[in-house]
Amino acid sequence: MSRDSLNRMPMLLSVVAGLILSVLPLPNWLNVARPDFLVIVVLYWSIMVPRAGGLTLAFLAGLLLDASKGVVLGQHALALCLASYIAIKLHLRVRIFPIWHQALTVFMLLVVYQFMLFWIDGMTGHQVTNYLRWLPAFTGAALWPVFAGLLGNAYQRT
Amino acid sequence: MVAFRSAESRPILGRGPSPGLRFFFFGLLAIGLMWLDQRQGYLEAVRRGMSMVTYPIQVAVDSPAAFWDWLSDLFATRERLRKENEQLKLEVRDADFRLMRYADLEQENLRLRGLRDATSRVTQRFIVAEILRVDLNPFRQRVIINKGTRDGAFKGQAILDASGVFGQITQVGTFSSEAILITDSEHAIPVQVNRNGLRTIAVGTGEFSLRKLSLPFLATNADIKVGDLLVSSGLGGVFPPGYPVATVTKVDKAVAQTLAEITAEPAAKLDRDREVLLIWSDEPPIDVAPDASATPATPPAKGSKP
Repeated sequence: MSRDSLNRMPMLLSVVAGLILSVLPLPNWLNVARPDFLVIVVLYWSIMVPRAGGLTLAFLAGLLLDASKGVVLGQHALALCLASYIAIKLHLRVRIFPIWHQALTVFMLLVVYQFMLFWIDGMTGHQVTNYLRWLPAFTGAALWPVFAGLLGNAYQRT
Repeated sequence: MVAFRSAESRPILGRGPSPGLRFFFFGLLAIGLMWLDQRQGYLEAVRRGMSMVTYPIQVAVDSPAAFWDWLSDLFATRERLRKENEQLKLEVRDADFRLMRYADLEQENLRLRGLRDATSRVTQRFIVAEILRVDLNPFRQRVIINKGTRDGAFKGQAILDASGVFGQITQVGTFSSEAILITDSEHAIPVQVNRNGLRTIAVGTGEFSLRKLSLPFLATNADIKVGDLLVSSGLGGVFPPGYPVATVTKVDKAVAQTLAEITAEPAAKLDRDREVLLIWSDEPPIDVAPDASATPATPPAKGSKP
């Protein structure tokens, strides 16, 4: 990471908030549809300010998710790195997309992320074949405009 | 939506390695980590370290609800407390009544077991652990409890609640542990029908309601009925024998099938518990095979890595 004048505070705060939201107790039916908050936060920063955290952020956030969800270490880290890498590759284009188009792109990234998790789940012998496991990708993409607005505001105000 | 400001904050030079190179590096690192963790089991210490980072967050998430509990305890009305007190008194009286003969029976049991050279099956030590109100994966039935290696908890330790078998510990951290419930689809527990001693295995179904176990390995001619109590058999050496696990709720003996479809409802209040008991059984649960330590804990993988 190059030392520069970027203000990383909003990024760190949003990561902590994302982590809290991803373990906050919810009723069962909502829990299934819970968007991957931390993933969306990481994708936001990957698209908007790729050099602020980039893949390092994705990797560390993924490890935190691994530890807090109690799965094999590196699972979320790898999935999140891949999604974030694609996001960084596309970031110049995605930034100027209209918001619904951005949401579609994020949807694709979330599906890639879920697919990696699904794949690694299968390889490590903890298969979850329930179709509902793809639901967070839909809810996450649907909520993207909200997140983008919130995070954009938070970033510009500081 | 413009989230970056001046040109100075993004110099062209000194950007470090390209994203492709970084992704390659982190990808390899992640795969290496997974391999070490899954195949070698070297990363217990790392995991413990990570759980020290995540535990404060989990406690923070749990705290509003815990605070609310505390507050409502503080402002409990006199009337409610009086009612609760009365009820508890009744319960204690009933329990005392049932316990009256327990000491005597225990002695007799020990004597008889002594005669038969069988091991004692009394469980000695337990501590109370609290469940943190934290959601993990919705498709896995795991909980975080607030006891870890500091309190002597260990991987594979049996967990009970006041009414039956609850689950077992899958990962220990320093201050907290992760436990798997008996209804998780990756969990299986060796049980015995209390009425006739028929042994089988109760497998979790992973249903969201937490109220369903299945007994997939009984033939259609097995002697099992709705309402039968299943107790832990102690085979496998994880769970102490003789604790209630579930009650049979449905027995479907289709003539064309070899195996009956049997479901049972867990005795433990898996969805309502706040406090559970971690159990230490000091003696080997039961002498099944001469080489009990070599037998796997419970048949399928259920969290403990091969």
